[in-house]
Amino acid sequence: MNGLANFLQAVGHRLLNRFSRIGRGSLFLWQCLLSLGYLLRRPRLLVAQLYSVGVQTLLIILVAGLFVGMVLALQAYIVLVDFGAEESISLMVSLSILRELGPVFTGLLFAGRAGSALTAEIGLMKSTEQLSGMEMMAVNPMKYIIAPRFLAGILSVPMLTAIFMAIAILGGFFVATEMLGIYEGVFWSQMQTKVDFYDDLINGMIKSVVFGFVVVWIAVFEGYDCVPTSEGLGQATTRTVVHGSLAVLGLDFILTALMFNV
Amino acid sequence: MSFSRGERMIFDNIDMDIVRGKVTAIMGPSGTGKTTLLKLIGGQLRPDAGTIHVDGENVHQLSQSALYKLRQRTMGMLFQSGALLTDLSVFDNVAFPLREHTALPESAIHHLVLLKLEAVGLRGARDLMPAELSGGMARRVALARAIALDPEMIMYDEPFTGQDPISMGVLVKLIHDMNHALGLTSVVVSHDVDETASISDYIYVISNGKVVQNGTPVDIKQSSSPWVRQFMGGLADGPVPFHFPAQPLMDDLLQGVKR
Repeated sequence: MNGLANFLQAVGHRLLNRFSRIGRGSLFLWQCLLSLGYLLRRPRLLVAQLYSVGVQTLLIILVAGLFVGMVLALQAYIVLVDFGAEESISLMVSLSILRELGPVFTGLLFAGRAGSALTAEIGLMKSTEQLSGMEMMAVNPMKYIIAPRFLAGILSVPMLTAIFMAIAILGGFFVATEMLGIYEGVFWSQMQTKVDFYDDLINGMIKSVVFGFVVVWIAVFEGYDCVPTSEGLGQATTRTVVHGSLAVLGLDFILTALMFNV
Repeated sequence: MSFSRGERMIFDNIDMDIVRGKVTAIMGPSGTGKTTLLKLIGGQLRPDAGTIHVDGENVHQLSQSALYKLRQRTMGMLFQSGALLTDLSVFDNVAFPLREHTALPESAIHHLVLLKLEAVGLRGARDLMPAELSGGMARRVALARAIALDPEMIMYDEPFTGQDPISMGVLVKLIHDMNHALGLTSVVVSHDVDETASISDYIYVISNGKVVQNGTPVDIKQSSSPWVRQFMGGLADGPVPFHFPAQPLMDDLLQGVKR
């Protein structure tokens, strides 16, 4: 009997914790959105964060994009050549990149590279009392620290996604034309006739906006809400990557189902 | 004023007056919530019952913007760790509140920052980064930053902890001189008995959520309470036992390893 009571108590406790975290996360998001106006007066803060969140993630995006595109072209060729349809290779590469792999890969890489760094940075500021110190100097850390990082992340992810898409398609192009002997003109003209600007490109970009928003929200919230010890900070950073990645994959399913009228 | 965290009562209906222009010390053993008290005064935490007034305003009934105004006008706080912004140099750290809260031209900020750094003796260290400073220097920079906006009151959180004797002497002198030269109100939270007693005008000793004694340093030193005597004298045994509460040693040993 006692065991059951303990069990129920533990379950209830965890559930309440979960709900209070969701509540705190939502309030945090609301305050964060209210603080964005401050950046109009201090654009330099945003620029600095665009550099550390966006530009410093560029290299991993470029390398990953290039290889994803090249691998896709090889795989597409292996399948298509059996049907004598290897000339449609560009179609397979570009559609999978624009609709799925571009936004999803960028979201995952961003959570791993920039998201974890954001959580660690903000969490360390919290544990060294920098956030508290700022509050006592009457500077709201929500405005000075959180808002620029939040907005920088939201702006960076779609841009990184576009770059990922471009470089991946170029990677596919090089493999297709140089290694597999597809004519350049065929590659581009197939893409031109079958890839739709709205259905494929815009839908992919919408996905990336959603992913960016969610991943950055998770990252800054985890940092701000972390337990200010080395252990708590480690857990928060892990949670950013795990929850961020899962959120990207889960949302991708929902968005795909909504967008492509399956 | 009362405050509790979880089920633990941190402050049980305590009542304090901090006199303008004087150095008031709040002493007590580690874990009595001295830092918590400063956070309550600064409005970062909210009391369960009672009120806190700073400069005639009830801190916890102010709107957020009014609270920020009050902090900007009246409060400076020196954190135990210094809480310097690690991505800014010493100069920029001290300039930070000025740049955030005033519209002064950069030339005026430059002069002001150098004067504040001169006051703490670190004008020569202006280009260093916080990671390059010793603990004592970091606290002095934080002090320069705390007085940058000329607040009416400064709260010091454990200013002497973990300092070598020289840095300690420097900090004691600085806190004393600042208070007299600038006419500040100082609140010093500490358990370094001698240093704190030497500069304070009035002392509150708190323990287990209560004010156990208050008075001038002389009063406190002559206290008849055995607890206060143990605390002020730094004695290993007394009303506060050396042993953490436990069952008798023999029982514990005979019980063997618990499975």
